[in-house]
Parts: sequence; C-alpha cells; structure tokens
Amino acid sequence: MNKRLLLSLILVVVLAVPVFSVSAQDDEPFKVAVVMPSTVNDLAFSQSMYDSLLAVQEEMGGEEAFQFVYSENMFVIDDAATAIRDYASQGYNLVIAHGSQYGSSLQEIAPDFPDTAFAWGTTVDTFVDQGIDNIFAYEARAEEGGYVNGVIAAMLSESGTIGVVGPIETGDAKLYVDGFKAGVLSVNPDADVLVNYIQSFSDLSLAAAAAETMLDEGADVLTGTAQMVPGAIGKAQEAGALWFGTQADQTSLAPDVVVANQVYDWTVVLDEMIAKIQEGQMGGEAFAITLENGGELITFNEDYELPEDVLAAAEDAIDQIASGAITFSVDEEGMLNVEMGEPMMEGTAEATEAAS
Amino acid sequence: MLLDVNPIDAYKALYEGAFGTKNAFAETLVKATPLLLVGIGICISFRAGVINIGGEGQMVIGALMGTALALQIPDAPAEVIIPLSLVVGFIGGAVWGALAGALKAYFNVNEILSTVMLNQIAIYTMNYLLNNTLIDPAQAQLASRIPQTARLSRAADLPRLWMPTRLHLGVVIAVVLAILVYILLWRTTLGYRIRAVGKSPRASRYAGINVKRYVVLSLLLSGGFAGLAGITQVLGVSHRMITDGSASGFTGSAGFNGIVAALFGKLHPIGAIPASILFGALLVGANQLQRTTQVPSAFVTTLNGIVLLFVVGSEIWTRRRARRRVAVVSSEPTPPARQTAVEAEPAK
Amino acid sequence: MIGDLFTASVLIGIAGSGIRLATPYLYAALGETFGQRSGVFNLGVEGVMLMGAFSAYWATYESGNNLLIGILVALFVGVLMGLLTAFINVTLKAEQGISGIGIFMFGLGLSELLYQIAFKGERIPIKAFSRINIPLLSDIPVVGEIFFRQNLLVYVAFALVPVAWFVINRTTFGLKIRAVGQNPEAADAMGINVTRIRYATVTLGGMLAAVAGASLSIAQLNVFQQNMTAGQGFIAVALVYFGSWRPFGVMAGALLFSTVNALQLWVRTRGIDIPAEYASMAPYLLTILALVFASRRVDQPAALGKVFERGG
Repeated sequence: MNKRLLLSLILVVVLAVPVFSVSAQDDEPFKVAVVMPSTVNDLAFSQSMYDSLLAVQEEMGGEEAFQFVYSENMFVIDDAATAIRDYASQGYNLVIAHGSQYGSSLQEIAPDFPDTAFAWGTTVDTFVDQGIDNIFAYEARAEEGGYVNGVIAAMLSESGTIGVVGPIETGDAKLYVDGFKAGVLSVNPDADVLVNYIQSFSDLSLAAAAAETMLDEGADVLTGTAQMVPGAIGKAQEAGALWFGTQADQTSLAPDVVVANQVYDWTVVLDEMIAKIQEGQMGGEAFAITLENGGELITFNEDYELPEDVLAAAEDAIDQIASGAITFSVDEEGMLNVEMGEPMMEGTAEATEAAS
Repeated sequence: MLLDVNPIDAYKALYEGAFGTKNAFAETLVKATPLLLVGIGICISFRAGVINIGGEGQMVIGALMGTALALQIPDAPAEVIIPLSLVVGFIGGAVWGALAGALKAYFNVNEILSTVMLNQIAIYTMNYLLNNTLIDPAQAQLASRIPQTARLSRAADLPRLWMPTRLHLGVVIAVVLAILVYILLWRTTLGYRIRAVGKSPRASRYAGINVKRYVVLSLLLSGGFAGLAGITQVLGVSHRMITDGSASGFTGSAGFNGIVAALFGKLHPIGAIPASILFGALLVGANQLQRTTQVPSAFVTTLNGIVLLFVVGSEIWTRRRARRRVAVVSSEPTPPARQTAVEAEPAK
Repeated sequence: MIGDLFTASVLIGIAGSGIRLATPYLYAALGETFGQRSGVFNLGVEGVMLMGAFSAYWATYESGNNLLIGILVALFVGVLMGLLTAFINVTLKAEQGISGIGIFMFGLGLSELLYQIAFKGERIPIKAFSRINIPLLSDIPVVGEIFFRQNLLVYVAFALVPVAWFVINRTTFGLKIRAVGQNPEAADAMGINVTRIRYATVTLGGMLAAVAGASLSIAQLNVFQQNMTAGQGFIAVALVYFGSWRPFGVMAGALLFSTVNALQLWVRTRGIDIPAEYASMAPYLLTILALVFASRRVDQPAALGKVFERGG
C-alpha cells in the first residue's frame, strides 16, 4: 500500500509541476474567507459573492488592505463545515458561509471562536436568541426584483402564459419565484404562470426540457433561477421567447431575448459588516440587499428595445418597492403576501392600464 | 504556469491537511468512518457476487429513518436514543438494500439498474420529507424555508472521543463492525454460504443453498451498513438532516467512495480499514489543498481521479508479486466472479 | 385537469421531447453496450461525456462556430479517453468498478479545469445544431412533428441503433466481440486477439460517450457547464442492463425513461397537484417496474468485469 501511495504522489508531482508557479506573500490586511456551494464563475449565486468581494477589495485599496480566500464547490455540507472551522482557526477576521445549507454548521462552530466574526446567507437568523453573538446574517430580498421582472414580463407577454423554471423550492429561489408570480398577477390577474421546480440545481438538460414544455404550452416569456438555468435560456433564445434573469446578469447567454436581470451586489452588506467588525461588533445583526439600498439592481439589456410605457411601469414598480409603498411579507404557511401602500396604488393601476 | 501556486506548498498542504495536525488527523478519521461502514457492507455484497452501487440511497434512507425516530423521542436519554437511532438507521438502509435484492432474486431485475434508480428515488424522498413532514418547525414559517430537520436533542450526539476535534464514537463502531463482519464472512456458516453464492451460484444451488435468499440477505446487510453510515453522519457530525437537493450534499458521495475503499481493501473488511483512512485522507487533504493554495476545486477533483487511476492501475504489480508467492491460496481473496444473474445460463 | 393532459398537441410535445432527452442516453448506452459485450464494464461514462461536452463546445467556439469541427474534436477526445480507459482496464487489468469511478472524477475535474482555463469564467453561448425538418416526412401529421423535426444528432443516434445491432450480430467483428465477452480464453485459443478487441470496443464506447456529451453541449443546449451531465452517464450504464445488452433493448429503455421524464415535467408545468418530488421519481420508478413486469431472458456477457490473464 505504501509503495503505491508513494508512486501516486510522485506521479502527481510530475503531472502538476508545469501547472504551478510561485506566488507572493502578504502583510496584515482585513482577511475574509468565504465558503460557497458552486463555482466562482457560475453566473449565479456563488459568482455574485465572488464579484462583490473583488469590488470590496478594490474599494478598500487592493490586496494590502483587504484579502480574501474562498472554497468553492462545497456542495458537501460537512466539507463546508470543516472549511469554516479551519478558516476560523487560522484567524480570518470574517468567515462567510455563503449558502443557507451551512447555517447549522455555523451554529456549532461559532461559539468555539468568539474572536472571529461569521456571516451566513441567505437568511435572517443570526442565532442571537441562542446566545451566539458572532454571526451576522444576510439575505437577498429576491422577491423585490422578482416582482419587477414579473411586472415587465406580464406587460410584454402576448399570450398571457409565462413559464418559471426553479431548482428546489427553498431559499432565494422560492422568494424570487413567489415575487415574480405576484408581479405578473398584479398586472394581469388572468395570466397563466407555469412554475416547475425541477428538483435539481445542476441538470441543464432537464431545465431545457422543462422550458420546452412551457413553450409548447404557449409561454412566450420565461424566467428561472439557480445554476441550471442556462439550459432554459438556450431554449428561450431558440424559440424567440423573452427571458428574465436573476442573481447575475445573464444577457450574454441570450443577447436577443434577455429583457432584464435582477443582479445581486453584496458590497453594501459586506461594507456594513466590515465596518461593524472594525468597531468591535462580531455579529448579531441581519442585513439584506434590496432595491432600496442598491444591493439589488435591475439591469436592462441595451439591445432589447423596451417600450416606453413598460420601462415606465418597471421604474415605477422599482420606486414603489424602494420607497416602501409596496411591501412583502410572509405568512405562517410560507406564502408571500404583497401589500400596497395607499398613495401608490395609482401607480400600479396606471401600469395595468398601460399593459392592456 | 496556469495556476499561480507553489507546488511544494501544494503537496505540503495535501499532506498537512490530512495528517499534519491532531485536528487534521481527526478529520481524516471522521471522513473515513462512513467510507468504512459503507465499505464493509460492500465487502458482503460483492463477496456474494452482487454489485451494490446503491450506497448513496441507502445512506439517505437510513439517515432519514434514524433521524425521524430521534426526533420523535427528544427526551430520551443517550443510552436509549443513540442505540435505537442507529438500529433504525440500519433497518432503513437494509430495507432499501433488500428491495434491490428482492427485485434481483425474484424479478430478475439487475441490481446495478435498480440501485442506480433507487438512489434517485431516495433523493426525492429525502427532499419531500425535509420540505414537508420532517421540516424544522422554525424553518416552516420562513419565506426561505430551508429543507432541514430541527437539531436533534443533545442526548443523541455521538460522544466525542478526542476533544476538541470532531472525532466521534462512530469510528470505533465502524472498526468493531469491520472485525465482526470479517468473523461473519470467514468464521461462520452464513458467511461461507454468502461467499459460496458469490463464487458460483450454480454450485451453491446444487449444494442446497437457497441462492435467492442469500442474494437478498447480502443486499440487506450491505444496505444496512450504508444506512448505519448515514445515521452515524447525522448523530456524529451534522446533528440534523439537511438537503441541498442532491444526495452527495449529505453523503459526501461516501456511498460511492465506500465501494472504492472496499475494493482497495481487497474486499476484506479488515483491509477496508486502512483503505478507508487512505481515501479519507485524500478527500480531506484535497479540500485543504484548495484552501491553502486557492487552486480551483476542479483541479483537486482531477488530481483525485488521477491518483485513483494510478493506484488501481498499479495493482498489476502487486498482483504479479502475489502470484510469485504461490503458497497463498485460500486466504488471498481474489475478487469473486461477477456472475450477477441468479438464473445465469450460458448465452449463445 | 388530467383531461387537459391528453390533447394531441400535448402528447406530441411529450413524445418529441422524450426523443430529444433520450439522445445522450442512447449514444452513451450504445457505446457502453459494445464495451460490455466484450467483457469490459466501464462505470466512467459520465466522465467521458463531460470531456466530450467540453471539447465539442470549445472546438465549436474556437472554430468560429463550426459544429462539424466540434463533433470531430469530441470524437478525438473520446478516442483518447477510450484509450485511457482501455489501457487501465485491459492492459493494467485494473478492478473495473474503481477505475470507472476514477475516470469519472478525472473527466469531471478536467473538463471544468480546462473550461476555466480556456474561458476564464466567461460564459459564451455558441450556435447549436438547429432542428432539421426532414422534407415531406416532417409534414406528416403527428408522426412528422414527433420524429422528423429534430436536430441532426438525434437522427444519427437513432440511426446508430440498427447499425450497432448489425455490427454486433452480423459481422465478424461482432462475432469476435461476443466471443471475447463470453469466453476470452476460448476466443484467445481460436486466435482472436482479446486485448485488441477490447481496446477497439472501449475506444468506440469512448467516442460514443463523447458524442453523447456533445449532443448536450452543442445540440440540446448551447453552453458548457461544470457537471452538466448531472448523472446521465450512470443512468446510461443502467440502461445497458435494462436493454439486456441489445441495441434495440437499450433504445427502448432510453425512450421509456426519457418519455416518462418528459411526461412528469408536463404534469408539473400544468400545475397538476402532485408533489414535485413524487413526479420526479416517476421515470426511475417506472424503469424498475417495467423490468419487473416484463419477463425477459438474461444474457449478461459471462466474462463481464473479469480480468483476462493470458495463459493464466
């Protein structure tokens, strides 16, 4: 056994040497470690955090002031726990668990490292009620951008049939889908919103087949969330159906049919957390990216000519959500409710008229 | 010069990550535990000539059933809740394995086919239960309901052996069971019959052995050990069940990797012990490598694949050496005939 | 509600999308059939598919969207992966279950690594194979819509089924494959080069698995993504057992599995009230049930998975 192991290692060295070169060393900057479920280039949830960390690094003055390391593809929940513990023991200032499935691991680990700040997303739970005071929570109010996308989608759909491809019904995927549905129905209460959670985050061909099914059913507008949506986007492009993106800007995947995207930008949340940590607060607070604080942006595809009235209605919806005229709440059954403040009702009514 | 990392650092990280510190070594053992439990089950089924690649699903079902039970009796003391959960976990996996066994023995459904399918069915069962029946009541009220159970009562935590590391009693259970399975396979009539069925179903039938029963039994036991691996992960490591929509998120692919460990260990339960530790070290060290050097995780996966291919490919030399030592015959376990069809007939 | 499901247009949609979904399974499983008939069990199909998917996508992109070059490069990579598999399984006589998992991990990791190196994380869709309406045939009501409005790789996959049957059952090469798979010692005694035959079938299997991957990345879809095969390679191996090592049986399995998959997607899209998880189980459950109720002969190649030691 030993000899074989040795042989293996020699082989690995030989194979790998040309791949490597020497890297530089560091000073004493603010150090962040992040553990994420997918890859840093997934054009979705994990990438949004990676891009935001790069932005924060630039903001704070490069590697001398801010450094970060990451463990990607940590879909094995237990491996993520090991990584979190390891980072904490290495003295990182902030350890981010970027996935709702990692929360229970943090709950176990954080009390052992009172001098390290942790962050968990996406959730509102900081475990402060359990006496743990060094976990920040952050979430994306995905239903907000979902609602805006839904408003636009309903106005552009001619058939009134709109398809949504989701992974499993949880986390920001559920929020996005629920918000999108609410947005569509606010414009067109008779719209037929076809939702399919395909029970997979990775199966592109299943996502594609789900999208085809919706297209065959007469859908002329599609949306979807999580890493497997490129499958569905391809089908939208092929059929000339419109696409609405979320988590990241997906315009490059289908330049002809993407109308708008909800883009996550975590820098606002990261900036706040870093400021708190530098003041000595290690956790116990929940943050969210929203349309109001600029953590969620609706980006429009410049090559898609959006009619004036639709753009106006979209901007109106964004304004109303940002100003608190439209609010979202969740009841005990996990159902999303939309409440309209009084003065702004007209805005939505206008949008409805414009649609018809 | 594709990746900006020092190779010496990389190998140091791989080794240090697996054995370098007390904690690293403990992590390696924690990782090895489910591999060994699945692996000893694999020893039984492969010895009976049955290829069980349903370890993932069996782990999931075992963990689900054990967890469901532990959630029902939150006030029970550790001496009750732990053994009971482990037994129920074993039963869960055993049922899932026996299902494939019965399909093979009585309906002639090949076990490779049925176990691959049953793995998927187990995943969807898990997703459904964690999203509905078993969901943490606290999560059920949130908009972003995370599909996970509540944390099990502290009494259900497997005792930790080597503070402050995570090493838990599971590793001892696994090693003891490996020894017991060795005794079962080589020191009992039952074990003899299991192996006889694997060597030649036809000869066994002439010898009066009920081949079908042993096919079911071997998959039942094999599944049971995988189920035990699943519930051990819950009681020893995660303390609740949680899903990201896939099996590997929970199992860490131990249902597959356990097969590799068993085959490395020459399908011998005792041999599976060092093999599991070796493979556990590789997995733990690889993650450490990613953390230390920031190589993409894909590089680590590729590396593991190469190491695996190299080790399995280099067996030819070990085998040649073994053949020169002519004396060893009976105890040298050559892999059994892969005669999977119970009613095998020579085809044209 | 259920009534909605069974209108003609819906059934046509389900059948059409079942055929499309079946395509990658069909390529991969036909390739695996050749390998297994000669006695080599390759569990690494998934890894080869991923390498095929990446290389086809990469070559198509680099060649200015030349799909033919994409396919050719995928075939070439399939040959390399097949030779690697054969070298480890046949020459080094490795335990085939483990080596398959090794090939899978190698392909999974390398395809993503190369993708990151080549595209630096950028995602660029290519222009994939478009649907070809076969003149006249595609105008036949129902049948035309289901069968004759697919992309080129779908047609080729189904055309390969009778070809594979013919090669295995009616050619000298096929006879040798079967002989090697049933009794390598006897075949060797008759002067058949067991090693050469197994290298040939495993390499062919590698090529077909690579095309299976390509049929995802440059036909069914238009992008590459890490682990995009999502377990299809393992299902393909299972379908070989479903089809009892016969090309037409393999095709039946792939079609059954995929059509039920298309059906369950439809049921859920239409909002028919069954939990999504239950619907997702359906293809897997039905595949098992189909075998329970279909009595069949079992004729697994006798030497499957066994190492051949010449003179040993």
